[in-house]
Amino acid sequence: MDELPIQSGDDVVRVRQHVRNAAASSGLSLVDQTKLVTAASELARNTLIHGGGGVARVEVVKSATGRTGIKLHFSDEGPGIADVSLALTDGWTSGTGLGLGLSGSRRLVDEFELKSEPGAGTSVVVVKWSR
Amino acid sequence: MDQVPILKIGQVLFVSIQIDLQDESVMLLQEDLAAELAATAARGVIIDITAVEIVDSFIGRMLATMGSISRLFDAETVIVGMRPAVAITLTELGLSLNGVRTALNAEKGLALLNGRT
Repeated sequence: MDELPIQSGDDVVRVRQHVRNAAASSGLSLVDQTKLVTAASELARNTLIHGGGGVARVEVVKSATGRTGIKLHFSDEGPGIADVSLALTDGWTSGTGLGLGLSGSRRLVDEFELKSEPGAGTSVVVVKWSR
Repeated sequence: MDQVPILKIGQVLFVSIQIDLQDESVMLLQEDLAAELAATAARGVIIDITAVEIVDSFIGRMLATMGSISRLFDAETVIVGMRPAVAITLTELGLSLNGVRTALNAEKGLALLNGRT
């Protein structure tokens, strides 16, 4: 498992490149790689902007049926999200964005788990499986 | 931070994004483009994203914004060279690049603009 800091815009780019390499070497198709890297970009930016920085963990995982996947875990110790289901609604935004970051990245991956509490930071785990 | 060059070819500004864009670079490009449009009175903008591996919601929004800014300078923007995987991902993400035209490649983009310039 690799751990990458997210403290700057350059770090977001590095996370994208790292996820791209991991996804490519795990046999994800080009479209699936692109979807996963795009989701990683959204989530890393959230960690930076809304969470005040944090870490990304990148892990190669195996399913019970033997498929390979990439698991990404983004965590921060920022202010957290008061209403998680609202934050996952298309078009809902806390700032100046389009409100597609969380809801959109959920559509781009196979598994998505968001845990957050006000004052206790935010943790997002996503998995994309090879087909 | 990397900067994206803007080339003027006739009445068209040509922007070819060849780097992995970080958010600040995209914002800088937006400012540079507005300044170039004002200075050159170009009538069209071609943004070539052939080398761009992902367009997320931020980059997508900035591309659309560059189209809106160009229009205020009486210039039309065409985004060219989108990769198939990027097109699929953008659509699934829920992003529509409203207000900008797209073309398959730079040549077709120029042909689109030439009706105008």
